[in-house]
Amino acid sequence: MAEATLRVYRGDKDGGGHVDYKVPVAPGMVVLDALHYIQGHQAPDLAVRWNCKAAKCGSCSGEVNGRPKLMCKTRMDDLPLDQPITVNPLKTFPIIKDLVTDVSLNYRINKKIPAFTPRENTDWRMQQDDIDRVQEFRKCIECFLCQNVCHVLRDHQKTEEFGGPRFFVRVAGLDMHPLDSVSRTELLKDELGIGFCNITKCCTEVCPEDIHITDNAIIPLKERVVDDYYDPIMWVIRKLTGKK
Amino acid sequence: MANEKYETHEHDVLIIGAGGAGLRASIEALNQGASVGVVCKSLLGKAHTVMAEGGVAAAMANVDAADGWKPHFRDTMRGGKFMNNWRMAQLHAQEAPDRVLELEKWGALFDRTPDGKILQRAFGGHTYKRLAHVGDRTGLEMIRTLQDRGVQQGVDVYMECTVTKLLKDGDRVVGAFAYWRETGRFVVFKAKAVVICTGGIGKAWRVTSNSWEYTGDGQSLAFEAGAELKDMEFVQFHPTGMVWPPGVQGILVTEAVRGEGGILRNKQGERFMEKYDPKRMELSTRDVVARSIYTEVREGRGSEHGGAYLDISHKPADYVKKKLPSMYHQFKELADVDITTGPMEVGPTCHYVMGGINVDAETGAATVKGLYAAGEAAAGLHGGNRLGGNSLSDLLVFGRRAGMAAAQYANGVGGSSVGNDQIEAAAREMLEPFERTSGESPYDVHRDLQESMQNLVGIFRNQEDMTKGLDNIEQFKERAKKVRVDGSRMFNPGWHLAHDLKNMLIVSEAVALSARERKESRGAHARVDFEKLDDAMWGKQHNIITRNADGGLNLAQRPLMEMPEELKQVLAEDQ
Repeated sequence: MAEATLRVYRGDKDGGGHVDYKVPVAPGMVVLDALHYIQGHQAPDLAVRWNCKAAKCGSCSGEVNGRPKLMCKTRMDDLPLDQPITVNPLKTFPIIKDLVTDVSLNYRINKKIPAFTPRENTDWRMQQDDIDRVQEFRKCIECFLCQNVCHVLRDHQKTEEFGGPRFFVRVAGLDMHPLDSVSRTELLKDELGIGFCNITKCCTEVCPEDIHITDNAIIPLKERVVDDYYDPIMWVIRKLTGKK
Repeated sequence: MANEKYETHEHDVLIIGAGGAGLRASIEALNQGASVGVVCKSLLGKAHTVMAEGGVAAAMANVDAADGWKPHFRDTMRGGKFMNNWRMAQLHAQEAPDRVLELEKWGALFDRTPDGKILQRAFGGHTYKRLAHVGDRTGLEMIRTLQDRGVQQGVDVYMECTVTKLLKDGDRVVGAFAYWRETGRFVVFKAKAVVICTGGIGKAWRVTSNSWEYTGDGQSLAFEAGAELKDMEFVQFHPTGMVWPPGVQGILVTEAVRGEGGILRNKQGERFMEKYDPKRMELSTRDVVARSIYTEVREGRGSEHGGAYLDISHKPADYVKKKLPSMYHQFKELADVDITTGPMEVGPTCHYVMGGINVDAETGAATVKGLYAAGEAAAGLHGGNRLGGNSLSDLLVFGRRAGMAAAQYANGVGGSSVGNDQIEAAAREMLEPFERTSGESPYDVHRDLQESMQNLVGIFRNQEDMTKGLDNIEQFKERAKKVRVDGSRMFNPGWHLAHDLKNMLIVSEAVALSARERKESRGAHARVDFEKLDDAMWGKQHNIITRNADGGLNLAQRPLMEMPEELKQVLAEDQ
């Protein structure tokens, strides 16, 4: 049986380094299987998050050979096995231990977003076409890979001023709900700082659910903000009516 | 609870588990004005509910106008081979439509009928098209809706925190002892009522669709606190898990593939369900389909890697990708199979436990004061076999009921105190493995337990195997007491497993003991040495597990509740 070397980051907030582990490679094996093998045979205290092992829960995000990935769907046979496979924790979030990072920031950002608020007097009839439009955003499994690669968060650490791609997707999923009635543009502009995004599409590239985050969520939301806040006609109307 | 040593939190209602049942319970308890804490082992939104695919069963009659609570009740009882708690089956069938519509009002979006109502699909054992769904990611839509609703309503969530012991004041449950996974530090929860929504036990088997979390925690916590476990022998093996490649073995292939018209064939190309259930074919109940596949394999007609072929490629590719998007990607990416052009290879995988904590139908109250349970951790609704789609509706209907009852109980109950000795004993138990310098890794014991349960207490069972399985469990218990843990208390999976292992051993023993005792075949419990239903004897008995004075398991039988005439009539009416 073929063998691979995994070079896994071991450490915590006080520092650490990479440790090499040799792992037998079975057909169809994914990186998460290899990490489980290491836990089961060599390092029972190796910290890694996982749940479904089927790319449905978004728990096992990591950086494999420098690329942000769900480790449950990163196949060993897609990686060059003649050199060590490097496995690192997500860089944007503070490390807890080994491959586990503190992603609590995301839960704090989510709390800022007003919930779905249905229109009054709706009969709850909706058309499949309208649903299909929003489904894309609601596929998100919250793996936070998009948050991890977004340079506004990763390089500039604008964690308080900026919501990040995941939460623009979430807002899109609420705003484009056929029966939703609240405006979230002020939130997008002020609290979630959508203006910081300069559309480099890094988020879209890493999304394991293939959500077109930039094109279908962020750009339309940016347009809404522009329409509501920077369109002179809308500005006059707001002044006259007193509405936001 | 004056223990200054440990971080302490206080709530009226403490909910253990943040899947659908726990979240629905928390929303209801909040509605009742209670302060609510939810403790969960993983991050919020990662619980097993997120993996539910096919849909939620509710007789809304949007597609088949003839549907209603009575047909749903009949299907559930027949699917469960009449071991169900009939009152739970009735409440479930009656209330599920309201619970689904309520989710929609909280923002969930289901697929639609042409006239704009919630679309419903066919599923095994359901007479009518009954499952509200969102493609094949219904659970994700549900858990997001519930978690956001709960958070907006003000539930306190304690993520990545594991409860190891329920705390008692006399005969009442009044809190829980837990550790933070991140730091390993201990934490005490004081509560007036505790609701267990911890899901299942599947991690005790080798081939399973269940995640690391499914280690029978709630069942074990309740057992140790003195509550009854009921009908633990009924463990569901889902007929269609992935079988190849080895790394993905056991991962669920949704029943929606069959609901959408998928056909099962053996290696000779025969549509073998014609032999086993010619009427319902692929949409027979899960117990029947799982055994049929297993039998085909055992008799040498299995697929290349020891399963059966499941084919949906006769449907248009666009339709398959739209209705089964995550299955399409799962097979494409993990198995190099394009399900729009060729068959999948599937075989049974341990999926769900119908048995669990014995609860009152109306309130979810366990047999110990102050303790409630809902969802998979509770027993009753599904009897001997669960129909697909009845789990998501179960956790909505009974999550709500348990949350409501727990809050009402909390409102009327007085103060409590817990002796420090209980807390210190719980802390000591957790720290013991660190004190051993020799001993094996908990992973070794876990692997052997999984292998033993897989081979000896699996789909087909017999007396001799189960006795051997129970002997093995005795040895595993001894080994588990001596496991060694390396490293620190900080996010240490080996340490976590050392404790989870204890829970898995309790539930494994409960399953094996109950299964050996039930000398008949019924629903998911199939014995090669007792192949027939025994309605005269076992059709009238539940198996009940309680804790002995010495901490061991005690097994006894209890008669089924007598069904009222009106429900007997409903069962007798044919649809």
